Amino acid sequence: MALTVGGNTIETDEEGYLTNLSDWSEDIANEIAKVENVEMGPNHWEVVNFLREYYNEYQIAPAVRVLTKAIGKKLGADKGNSKYLYELFPYGPAKQACKIAGLPKPTGCV
Amino acid sequence: MTETRDEIGLEAGGGVRKKFMFVNRKAPYGTIYALEGLEVVLISAAFDQDVSLAFLDDGVYQLVKGQQTKGLEVKNFSPTYRALEGYDVEKLYVEREALEARGIREDQLLVPVQVVSAREMGQLMEQQDVIIGF
Repeated sequence: MALTVGGNTIETDEEGYLTNLSDWSEDIANEIAKVENVEMGPNHWEVVNFLREYYNEYQIAPAVRVLTKAIGKKLGADKGNSKYLYELFPYGPAKQACKIAGLPKPTGCV
Repeated sequence: MTETRDEIGLEAGGGVRKKFMFVNRKAPYGTIYALEGLEVVLISAAFDQDVSLAFLDDGVYQLVKGQQTKGLEVKNFSPTYRALEGYDVEKLYVEREALEARGIREDQLLVPVQVVSAREMGQLMEQQDVIIGF
């Protein structure tokens, strides 16, 4: 599979995750979000940027439980719960938000 | 060996909480064992078990700071050991003899660990329900 953004073709795997993490840009994130039927607002970006920082630091995409806890710690308890995160990313914060953030599929996520 | 915290297991839906120890004996690169072992640990953390990690032999190299993998053309996955705390995996045991034999000091390790003697490591292993080696 591939995405076309601004005339450039970006490789993805069969599930839509970027093949090369370094291809990521905000435009590409918006394009993936469109495919996922997610309208990106400030709260979505907050999670996506958080995931990118997490990946930079630890070199993995976090499990949902770990993501939820870490977001709660950083952004407050009203955001560190699965209800909030599933409202933003209905098909699963780890799966969908990671895809938009250009990260690989979380380890152990099927 | 005793089953611990059965009551917590029951609260969590009837599951039994067991003591799992993952034993890492190999250098981080050159074989897939270290990376695969770490992934298994991260996945197992989702099952709310009592997880600990042991580092013996060349496995202690997995935790050394400042790994440079560019020349090997593989990903440096060592930062991921620092994510273990967020997965509530906080029991990391490193064998003192293995460190000493390789001239590695505790302050050269990426994460806080408990350095234990080979004898103490044996006692820890004795307490486990399940031991998985990589």
